[in-house]
Amino acid sequence: MSVLVFLDQADGQIRKSSLEAASYGAALAEKLGVPAEGVTVGTVANDLGSLGQYGLKKIHTINNPALDNLDAQVYTKVLAELATTTGATVLVFSNNLTGKAVAPRLSVRLKAGLVAGAVALPETSAVFTVKKNVFSGKAFAHVSITTPIKIISLNPNSFSIVSKEGVAEVVDFAATIDQSKVEVTSVNKVVGEVPLTEAEIVVSGGRGLKGPENWGLVTDLAKLLGAATACSRPVADINWRPHHEHVGQTGIAIAPNLYFAIGISGAIQHLAGVNRSKTIVVINKDPEAPFFKAADYGIVGDVFEVMPKIITAVKKLKGVA
Amino acid sequence: MKILVCISKTPDTTAKIAFTDNNTKFASDGVQWIINPYDEWYALVRAIELKESDPTTVIHLVTVGQADTDPIIRKALALGGDEAIRVNADSHDSFFIASQIAEIAKQGNYDLVFTGKETIDYNGSSIGGMVAELLDLPYVSLAIKFALDGTTATIEREIEGGEETNKVQLPLVVSCQKGMAEQRIPNMKGIMGARSKPLKVVEPTPVEAYTSIASFELPPAKAGVRLIPADNPEELVRILHEEARVI
Repeated sequence: MSVLVFLDQADGQIRKSSLEAASYGAALAEKLGVPAEGVTVGTVANDLGSLGQYGLKKIHTINNPALDNLDAQVYTKVLAELATTTGATVLVFSNNLTGKAVAPRLSVRLKAGLVAGAVALPETSAVFTVKKNVFSGKAFAHVSITTPIKIISLNPNSFSIVSKEGVAEVVDFAATIDQSKVEVTSVNKVVGEVPLTEAEIVVSGGRGLKGPENWGLVTDLAKLLGAATACSRPVADINWRPHHEHVGQTGIAIAPNLYFAIGISGAIQHLAGVNRSKTIVVINKDPEAPFFKAADYGIVGDVFEVMPKIITAVKKLKGVA
Repeated sequence: MKILVCISKTPDTTAKIAFTDNNTKFASDGVQWIINPYDEWYALVRAIELKESDPTTVIHLVTVGQADTDPIIRKALALGGDEAIRVNADSHDSFFIASQIAEIAKQGNYDLVFTGKETIDYNGSSIGGMVAELLDLPYVSLAIKFALDGTTATIEREIEGGEETNKVQLPLVVSCQKGMAEQRIPNMKGIMGARSKPLKVVEPTPVEAYTSIASFELPPAKAGVRLIPADNPEELVRILHEEARVI
């Protein structure tokens, strides 16, 4: 019996959302009185033993360049083989794009009930029940899993990373690797930017900024705060900003610690993608903008007057000249 | 070419979310129901476009739901598609639903199964992956572009931290999101035509659910916005740093 955490990586580094999953898995394992272990798939470069600091006792590596591209079918088979061999009873994924591709397939293969979008540790005293987001962030459901093996996909930014002392044992797992039926002809990864779903602070702009030439007000603040940048749907639709920055119902759903909305009115479709943010700040000249109802802090004012002052104040706070 | 498009019924985006029966049931009174936007705008419309470029294409729609799902599936048929199958069951368990769809897919021998990337009510993002595993087919998740050349599909999809292009031989399962197609509005001809399209109702295959919803919970109400005067934005920065401690 063990808890097995899938560790998703980017450029040889374990993703932040997977470190959250590791901390979650370790806390769950402690609750269940079993060890927490991790698994990486594909080539790994960094020092995996240090992942012991997140509470993982052992890291299984399925270290093969044939697994460097995500193919849900191939991944599922190797992970199922590992889970069966090690006797894992709970598997934990980050509910990021990799988790969304792999966890459902694995659920079928292992006959394991899946809760995707978990936001808290399970209740384990009676029936194994996991709290998850439903209705696009407008409610929670407590979902009971009735199968012997269970899979949980943890929403990014919903469980804090816990770091202690500890070194994990790293062992290679020789899995049977199928030939992928999916040929990857090109990969275009955004390098050097904070990924939107993992960002703790997101600065976002809407049509109130009047044009792409004014986006310095968003990007300057984001840079100072180490934040990711985002935008509303109309802004992406008229190509002021790239589509991958669009947050909302049809775009990406995010849950940062701080969501800073500049010149966004806050249509319900936009709110559906950002309503899980812990703190929401809204700057808008229209006092009737619906976003103010969902905000924690707000300024009713002209973004072109307010934002330069905010940027200056943040510069001062951060000690930037 | 035969395409199966999975359709789900969801509350309208603006619907008020509330629960009854001691927070165990969604309060559906007065709720406007719609086709799950990802199923409609991206999966279904892209399938229709494929049929427009190759009229020999056959599109079937499948839904798992009770009779109150019929208006939704008729609306989907009004947009396009040749016939619909409704599996007569009510379930919120992804494995149960995916098993029903996989059963229909097996019987119909489809080249392509399209799903939306997730439903806007239960947000599981699970049906596509589960159906693919049940059918032992490749699964391309979160597709943003889809092109077909004979039996080779070229798919652009979103991966963690970027995008990639895949080439895959049919048959396969694809989950669809923004970029695949643009929203359409059914025209009168479509609406009239949908009335006479076949809507087959079948009983579910017996499958045991893996999960069940014990209860629902609404998030605590926001305390209300704290407004800072526009002539003193420095105060906002101070509050965020010293009180909220988020910067």
